[in-house]
Amino acid sequence: MSKPLKQIHLAAHFPGVNNTTVWSDPEAGSHIEFSSFAHFARTAERAKFDFLFLAEGLRLREQGGEIYDLDVVGRPDTFTVLAALAAVTERLGLTGTINSTFNEPYEVARQFASLDHLSDGRAAWNVVTSWDAFTGENFRRGGFLPQEHRYSRAKEFLATVTELVDSWHGDEILADQATGAFLRDAKAGSFVHTGQHFDIHGQFNVPRSPQGRPVIFQAGDSDEGREFAAAGADAIFSRYATLDGGREFYADVKNRLAKYGRRKDQLLILPAASFVLADTDAEAEDLAKQVRRQQVSGATALKHLEFVWNRDLSGYDPEGPLPDIDPDLGESHIARGRAQVRMYRDPLATAREWRELAAARGWSIRDLVIETGNRQNFVGSPETVARTINEYVQADASDGFILVPHITPTGLDAFADQVVPLLQEQGVFRADYEGTTLRDHLGLAHPDSAGQDQRAAS
Amino acid sequence: MSPTPSTHSTSSTSPSSPLHLAVALDGTGWHPASWREPVARPRDLFTAGYWADLVAEAERGLLDFVTIEDGLGLQSSRYGEPDGRTDQVRGRLDAVLIASRVAPLTRHIGLVPTVVTTHTEPFHLSKAIATLDYVSTGRAGLRVQVTARPFEADHFGRRVIPPFEDYDRPAVTELFEEAADYVEVVRRLWDSWEDDAEIRDVATGRFVDRAKLHYIDFEGAYFSVKGPSITPRPPQGQPLVTALAHQSAPYRLVGRQADVGYVTPHDTGQARAIVAEIRAEQERAGRAGQPLHVFGDLVVFLDDERSAAEDRRDRLDALAGEPYTSDALVFAGTASQLADLLQEFAEAGLSGFRLRPAVAGHDLPAVTRALVPELQRRGAFRTAYRADTLRGNLGLDRPANRYAAA
Repeated sequence: MSKPLKQIHLAAHFPGVNNTTVWSDPEAGSHIEFSSFAHFARTAERAKFDFLFLAEGLRLREQGGEIYDLDVVGRPDTFTVLAALAAVTERLGLTGTINSTFNEPYEVARQFASLDHLSDGRAAWNVVTSWDAFTGENFRRGGFLPQEHRYSRAKEFLATVTELVDSWHGDEILADQATGAFLRDAKAGSFVHTGQHFDIHGQFNVPRSPQGRPVIFQAGDSDEGREFAAAGADAIFSRYATLDGGREFYADVKNRLAKYGRRKDQLLILPAASFVLADTDAEAEDLAKQVRRQQVSGATALKHLEFVWNRDLSGYDPEGPLPDIDPDLGESHIARGRAQVRMYRDPLATAREWRELAAARGWSIRDLVIETGNRQNFVGSPETVARTINEYVQADASDGFILVPHITPTGLDAFADQVVPLLQEQGVFRADYEGTTLRDHLGLAHPDSAGQDQRAAS
Repeated sequence: MSPTPSTHSTSSTSPSSPLHLAVALDGTGWHPASWREPVARPRDLFTAGYWADLVAEAERGLLDFVTIEDGLGLQSSRYGEPDGRTDQVRGRLDAVLIASRVAPLTRHIGLVPTVVTTHTEPFHLSKAIATLDYVSTGRAGLRVQVTARPFEADHFGRRVIPPFEDYDRPAVTELFEEAADYVEVVRRLWDSWEDDAEIRDVATGRFVDRAKLHYIDFEGAYFSVKGPSITPRPPQGQPLVTALAHQSAPYRLVGRQADVGYVTPHDTGQARAIVAEIRAEQERAGRAGQPLHVFGDLVVFLDDERSAAEDRRDRLDALAGEPYTSDALVFAGTASQLADLLQEFAEAGLSGFRLRPAVAGHDLPAVTRALVPELQRRGAFRTAYRADTLRGNLGLDRPANRYAAA
């Protein structure tokens, strides 16, 4: 007997500050006006997606000592946009990246608990960490955090937020107008947390929210990051959207769950994925090539090479060969505020490999960056894209995808109109929401029932 | 920062000047027993619908704006410590998120959440209020609040605040100086993008003109912030900055940084003296020519007969177990009597009022459906919204960007 088909989870990432976003396209709209976010969210909800995802930035990126000006620059505040989106949607989950380094647990806990109340149970938190003094220059704390402490602070931050939102059990508010008892218990929300990073006590002032706790996403990829996710996250926002890379990551992370007493369905693996759609596969391939050239201008290609070379390469011709000189192996200084820089851990080897590849294929700098850069994950007709996504999910390369369109804010429309109905026909994607909360959409237990399981087991 | 000349100076207000009106929303109302009134909906306090209904009612009355109270600890009847009471409303949602949740459901009314400067980051707050201005298309503000409550400091563990005694202690004065720096940072961040910084120049491949993005390089006694903001300059340029003030240190904060100050005179003599003190602080801060509204705060019980309002107040006082007192004057009477009082205060130099409904479900509709029509009959209040933005409705210009080359 064959395995029953897995149900696919789909979400949408509002395109933003990176060179995936093609801002030069005539169809590209505002990345700041609320109407863009509202359009994007309504499309995702029309398509019955699980949630909308917002990234975060806390300092404008710089390269060569100047603010980076080639990609979209600027974005609104995550919590504020999500709360406003709760007013123009009814079921769509609202997931925000919030940094655990330049915030305090009490404040983040009350923001997420408030968002969960104001959205009737649709809030989720993508927990990320930062340690760099560059970002810290915008905050009271500055750049105090040694890199090796970032996960210990993140773990304690998340644990503290959980203690805070769990400090109300849900039955404290009586609001009995006849007897005059508003609270059942004067100690509602009491907490004491003493740890390496936080030493706080008192009473939390937001009553228990519809989901009890926000859904927790985690995005780290290191061994520590994977353990952190296996121990306590509800979902992983991963970057392995290929079949083989996805299966390897999926198996690795899911196998870590048992030691924390968790089942494999208690942690969803959701890679970010881009797509290009056209009427036929051939047309989609052509369009995909055009999009890649729009994403990587000559100037962008040179800037990308600078992440590896750690030098000013502005004198090079992007349509010419790769630089002969070797990367500067000193402390990384040319690009600041970019996550990609850390992807190239051995710049000499990367430079050698790229030079050989470019020479063998006759690629210019720009060709090289286009060919080795982030490829579109799903390219083809709606039928091809729907079939491929389903194959990946059934093959355990993921539990679904967080789609990142390359056009703001209409880039999701064609997917919603053309791909989603095919997935629904195949019976692998919901025809309508079955529940009301994000936990319902993701098939996650309510933490209160899960907590009772744990208490019963211990 | 050079003073901006304005055609909307509010430093003199003639009796015929239209008044500005705001309401202060806090739970089920400002009387601690308000939640026991049949209209109070205490079980809905933690839902979006509750707040949407209140703000819609305020917008129906053409009010300039609503403020939304907030705090970083459980409410207490004692300033410095939790009171352990279970007979009053306890717990609240984040005010910025409430304002943002309501923004797409409203079109004209200003949304002014309370923000606590003592334990939060000006960078986060600046982008949050700028974003509120985007989601409301130009109707955002903030009400700055400091907290000297030791038990709230314990929720953050970053600083120790000694037990509170009075506003004029140095430790408290410092909190207000920190708040003034905080607002300075917030305001600089709002200006850190020039209005036309986004160029989308396909020919050169540049999305922004980086010459129009500015480091704010704020260095102060309490924190330093580099900038620029992550969020482009908001629709109003500078969203509305407001603060409640009772004493010299907060009057200085209002004089230095606010667009609207809320004060609590109990008679017209006090109102005159307070306005004079704030104008002096404004002058000391080098802002003499700039518009700065001074609003009077009043708690209001409004009914068709004064006796009914007084009876209601007495009934709630009995439920609470003690007479309700406030920093602000507590008014109980008819809409017409309140209109008389507001016009008297206006003659003393107040340009508007922030009314605190004693019972939100009762006294807010009384403001919008009885007081507002009464003021309109007297020619003292608008009959339609005049502008698209909160600043516009308050007669405040969109400020020039301090960093833009003239």
